[in-house]
Amino acid sequence: MVLEKMDGNDSNEKDRKILAEANIFFTNLQKLFNWGRARSFWPLNYGSNCCPIEMMASGLARFDIARFGYEVFRSCPRQADLLVVAGPVTIKLRPVLERLWAQMPEPKWVVALGNCACSGGPFKDGYSIYPGADSILPVDVYIPGCPPRPEAFFYGLLELKKKVEQTDYSRYDEWKKAKKLAKKEDKEVRKRREKEEERL
Amino acid sequence: MNPLIQTLQEAFPEKVEAVEVSNYPTVKIAAADLVAIMQYLKDEQNFDYLANLCSIDYPEEDAFEIVYFLHSLKEREKRIQVKVRTAHNRPEVPSITAVYPGANWQEREEYDLMGITFTDHPNLVRVLLPDNFEGHPLRKDFKGVNVKP
Repeated sequence: MVLEKMDGNDSNEKDRKILAEANIFFTNLQKLFNWGRARSFWPLNYGSNCCPIEMMASGLARFDIARFGYEVFRSCPRQADLLVVAGPVTIKLRPVLERLWAQMPEPKWVVALGNCACSGGPFKDGYSIYPGADSILPVDVYIPGCPPRPEAFFYGLLELKKKVEQTDYSRYDEWKKAKKLAKKEDKEVRKRREKEEERL
Repeated sequence: MNPLIQTLQEAFPEKVEAVEVSNYPTVKIAAADLVAIMQYLKDEQNFDYLANLCSIDYPEEDAFEIVYFLHSLKEREKRIQVKVRTAHNRPEVPSITAVYPGANWQEREEYDLMGITFTDHPNLVRVLLPDNFEGHPLRKDFKGVNVKP
């Protein structure tokens, strides 16, 4: 019946509309997988101060993270693909966090939730806290706030959704290499900045 | 003069110095007498609860001061503050874990952050910071470290 409606001579646009009416869509596997990935993050049940309280609030009925499909908080890193670094990263916590990150299956993403995870926050110059989660992990999205409201958390996750939809994970090795290169560049930029600061 | 401090001074003549602190009976003692006086306070004066243990850095006076806050759960509103001083270059105080077992982790914290050695402590290792951390961050001469990845 659908085929009868299509005359074959018209533009793709019209054909697509006709097919869409019959719930038939064309896409490629890459887009299909990304569509699924971006709409069902499984965050790791991790947090280390007051930011996780907002994360818990976002999971409950008032804010309801399940509206977006991100509600499956996993207690085991092997089942999770999103690490929400909620709260400051201390030097004592680093091995634990690195181990959790290594245990998560790929593709996986990091969200820095709150000022402490973004930049170290008020503890930036402290003797035991890293200046941001990006010191040790490749952070995808930064959500500032002290702590961020659940709405801000959702906004960050939706930004991550956009990022995931645009990424080509079929060339995963290249993507990973690029990410590592970006990290190296970051380090070089940071070194340069530090030198400048010393000079000043 | 607080009657409690008077009794203490009678029990340990010339070893207990009263300090004027408003609303809190306070005594200053030597580190050598610490354990004996703590034992006396616990056994004879019903101070069965060590509420807190803290230390203060006095670089100008070349000293660390360790302060013990004792409360009595048996007698209401009975409390005392015991202060002990130790040298800045070699801070050493006898441990009171034998008298108050609750002092164990508190003394470890003082060792961790202020660098005060408590002799005869059962397990004097760092409690908050990682074991390979250098220095004692709550000391006034602590320069701070750059936490770098």
